[in-house]
Amino acid sequence: MRSDRGSRAPLGLKIAAAAGLLFLHVPILLIFAYAFTTEERSYQWPPPGFTLQWFAATWNRPDVWQALGLSLRVATISTAIALVLGSLCAAAVSGSRFFGRETISLLIILPIALPGIITGIALRSAFNIADIPFSFWTIVLGHATFCVVVVYNNAIARFRRTSGSLIEASMDLGADGFQTLRHVILPNIGTALVAGGMLAFALSFDEVIVTTFTAGQQQTLPIWMLEELVRPRQRPVTNVVAMVVVLVTLLPIVAAYYLTRDGAEIAGQGK
Amino acid sequence: MSAAAHAVLPGRGGVFGALADLLWRRPGVLLFVMLLPPVLWLGVIYLGSLFALLAQSFFSIDEFSGLIRHELTLKTYGELFRPSNLDIILRSVIMAAVVTLAAAVVAFPIAYYAARYARGKWRVLFYLGAMLPLWSSYLVKVYAWKLILAKEGILNWAFAQLHLTWLLDLVLAIPVIGGNSLSVSYIGTFLVFLYVWLPFMILPTQAALERVPVSLIEASSDLGAAPRQTFRTVLLPLALPGMVAGSIFTFSLTLGDYIIPQIVGSSRLFIGQAVYAQQGTAGNIPLAAAFTVVPIVIMGFYLWGARRMGAFDAL
Repeated sequence: MRSDRGSRAPLGLKIAAAAGLLFLHVPILLIFAYAFTTEERSYQWPPPGFTLQWFAATWNRPDVWQALGLSLRVATISTAIALVLGSLCAAAVSGSRFFGRETISLLIILPIALPGIITGIALRSAFNIADIPFSFWTIVLGHATFCVVVVYNNAIARFRRTSGSLIEASMDLGADGFQTLRHVILPNIGTALVAGGMLAFALSFDEVIVTTFTAGQQQTLPIWMLEELVRPRQRPVTNVVAMVVVLVTLLPIVAAYYLTRDGAEIAGQGK
Repeated sequence: MSAAAHAVLPGRGGVFGALADLLWRRPGVLLFVMLLPPVLWLGVIYLGSLFALLAQSFFSIDEFSGLIRHELTLKTYGELFRPSNLDIILRSVIMAAVVTLAAAVVAFPIAYYAARYARGKWRVLFYLGAMLPLWSSYLVKVYAWKLILAKEGILNWAFAQLHLTWLLDLVLAIPVIGGNSLSVSYIGTFLVFLYVWLPFMILPTQAALERVPVSLIEASSDLGAAPRQTFRTVLLPLALPGMVAGSIFTFSLTLGDYIIPQIVGSSRLFIGQAVYAQQGTAGNIPLAAAFTVVPIVIMGFYLWGARRMGAFDAL
């Protein structure tokens, strides 16, 4: 649907759309203001004054750095696993028709279609039954499971648009399967994989519900934030961390958009 | 030396060559190799733990020792029907339904404007305008609302500046949904839920609206329909599959969330909180498992209905 250039939106529609967008964005902008406030004991608005001191204070906090480091490591490894599993699955599902194909797409989507708490508690009780102690790897196990779908969605959208005759042509010209993969398939789906990987990274970096069940005593950055939310102790530091998290997640999303925008499919549509 | 002799090229040789040949000759093997890792991972780790959890819901807990009795029984499911537990389920379902309806109402104008009128720079802006909140940190979003709803926060300040504090007090005085302040009332919980899940409604609605030919709307008004009629009889039915697709997310996510009601809202529990409390402090894994079956069953019916309305094609 796209109206001609001349037609104008009714005023009511404009106002409703603008109000909706403001509702979506003003709260996030507020966090930026709070990161600079001089008030440290309450969430007072308007801020009595502005300061940069909390950035230095946050910089010198080892617990924040530790949580950030753990989150980055978990997100990196989960993304790597999700990239392999997701692209394999997308290649199989898009390339051929076989018995159980629908079941496989359902299986991939299930971890995000069911509420996160179910995934979390299921993994936790499975770890308990199997006597697996909580560690770095139990977090990764959970994260990779729900990151697969993001890579899968991006990859399968690209596979659908990549003509199968390209692959046949490559084979006809004498390339074997591995050469075709390296010279034809990968260059074609490369940007979709990068976009899917970035979104998977953002998803893992931000995940809290499953993580609370699989982390044990360790703190990822979201878990650190959750503690602060439930029992606020260092409000100014939390404000700064929240702002940094917004900025850090912003970049991969914008990048993923520009990597996939030439296609008709929307990246990350089914988070 | 004739070229015809090489119409079939010789294999590349070596292990890789042989492997490539094998995979080409037998597509079934290739398919098997590609599917094995993801299916093993999701099948064993994910489905395995899911079934292990569901199996535990058929166990019960010994009320005296607090230990799990490993005999199959439906007693734990019976406990779900205690009035206090039924309350929790009902409360979560109503909240999820209200949030879903409100999200549909708020999302529609944004999606419609983006699909029909936004072009060029505005189009990108609208698209990212829905994508950025969708992907930005869940906790940061909840945190932002904690700042907004705080007693000393911006919302109370704005009402005071406009001399409308009496209005806020009036709203908060409404029984059930009101409370001492916004941050401990159902209204607060509702606002945060709506905010956090709204982008999930915008994107599928917009995708459905993009597919509606504009000539259809023009034809409707040419044939004498008032804008209201066009909306009700042409636009809405065509957008509905997309809205239903979005509602799957808003409904399911609200149903299972346990962090938002814990941080903003009254102390009355939602399903997610009940699961969390049962498996954690209470140590009653069977009841926690039985509680998780509730959203699974509800979502099963929901997805079945959504599929009949064609929502899956709109995803």
